[in-house]
Amino acid sequence: MERQTPPFFHRGPAPLARLGFFAVLSVLLMVLDARFRYAEPLRQVLALAAYPIQQLATAPVTAYADLSEFLASRAALQRENAALREERLKRAPDLLTLEALKAENAELRKALGARPSAPQEAIFAEVVYAGRDPFARTVMVDKGSQQGVQLGQPVIDSGGVLGQVTRVHPLLAEVTLVIDKDHPVPVQVVRNGLRGIVYGSGDGATLELRYMATNADVEVGDVLVTSGIDEVYPAGLPVARIAQVERDAALSFAKIVCEPSANVNRHRQVLVLNRAVQVPPPPEDAKPAGRKTVTGKRSRRNQ
Amino acid sequence: MIPGSSGREHILLPVKGSFMALSIIVALLFNLLPWRDLRGVPDLLALVIAFWCIHQPRKTGIGIAWVLGLVMDAANGTLIGQHALAYAVVAFGAQWLHRRILWFPIWQQALHVLALLLVSQGLMLVARMAAGGTFPGWSFFSGSFIAAALWPVATYVLLAPQRRPEIVDENRPI
Repeated sequence: MERQTPPFFHRGPAPLARLGFFAVLSVLLMVLDARFRYAEPLRQVLALAAYPIQQLATAPVTAYADLSEFLASRAALQRENAALREERLKRAPDLLTLEALKAENAELRKALGARPSAPQEAIFAEVVYAGRDPFARTVMVDKGSQQGVQLGQPVIDSGGVLGQVTRVHPLLAEVTLVIDKDHPVPVQVVRNGLRGIVYGSGDGATLELRYMATNADVEVGDVLVTSGIDEVYPAGLPVARIAQVERDAALSFAKIVCEPSANVNRHRQVLVLNRAVQVPPPPEDAKPAGRKTVTGKRSRRNQ
Repeated sequence: MIPGSSGREHILLPVKGSFMALSIIVALLFNLLPWRDLRGVPDLLALVIAFWCIHQPRKTGIGIAWVLGLVMDAANGTLIGQHALAYAVVAFGAQWLHRRILWFPIWQQALHVLALLLVSQGLMLVARMAAGGTFPGWSFFSGSFIAAALWPVATYVLLAPQRRPEIVDENRPI
């Protein structure tokens, strides 16, 4: 008979073996998540399991915010009301002409044969909390797939573009802000129509207009709006204002720092826009012939 | 000398599983509070995991720590497996050192815990930088220092249910 450890000494595999097992599993999950995004179903399940605890944890803070809103003084409310009325009055002339301009625009587009610009629908959402991940700039909003939020939808606030929905849970959605380092937005300078791509600079407050030539016609104070060519953001939404331009002849690109138009660190109410993507149909006449020659070439090359 | 003997020594009652679970849930709740970001916030869950792995190495372990890490990852929207790896390493280090740590006075115990927490945060940093994250600045590590400074508090609070009421009895040997 073989000798075995008495059962009361039995403690399972050695700690180092256990650590090795779990470490390999973690690394595998990280690679799956970072490279292929395969870990999303697991994340959904775990996030749903953590949801009650999370609600419990955020409850005191939301309750405090609601209470302070409820107990807001009369004077403060009156002041805010007056400010809002004044703002509405200031915008009234623009708003009154807007309808006429819209009709005129539609007429002109029809005359030019351009496709009509789609009307925007939006979902109102509130920021529940800022993303806790110190490696990325995100916020969580209180609307999820249950309310019709979809991956990739643009999010705006009263100032301009805030970011894009990058992860959708059933009752929450994660919005990556424009100040995130890996979040590009195709933009256009309002003054002269120059196109470019703006990225977050990673410091948590500013944006960077990259890949502009040193002699590009960009000045401090220029307003950048979305160009709409990425089919994510509708055209014409304000994104940023240029705050600083450094031109160094030794470098091929200018260093352009911008300030976001949206209140990226202080907003509470946001709008999740429905992406009205209308991809134009491919031109009909050239398609069959072109496709045939391409396949022909490819098959010849393969032989 | 008896472990933890920086003064008078108490004989503790056996730990209750329900209290361990409660302490872990409270720590998780603290971690899931709506912080602006995790810089400068002590990771109480890692501290509690380290505590139980040092004081009750047979009742907690790497597996539990790993699962808790996964929950943190899902709730925080971080890379899945990032906290799981970090917590598994904390649990392993704590179990590995548990016989040694308790011989030291409380502040030197805190130093050991600080080393464990810094290693786990370093692993998270390496994992995220490899996945293309932004470097969050050195303040990222400040949470570990605060958590290690909370070690005496954690020891006092988490051992409280196991202490017996002190009745001075001259005839009793202990």
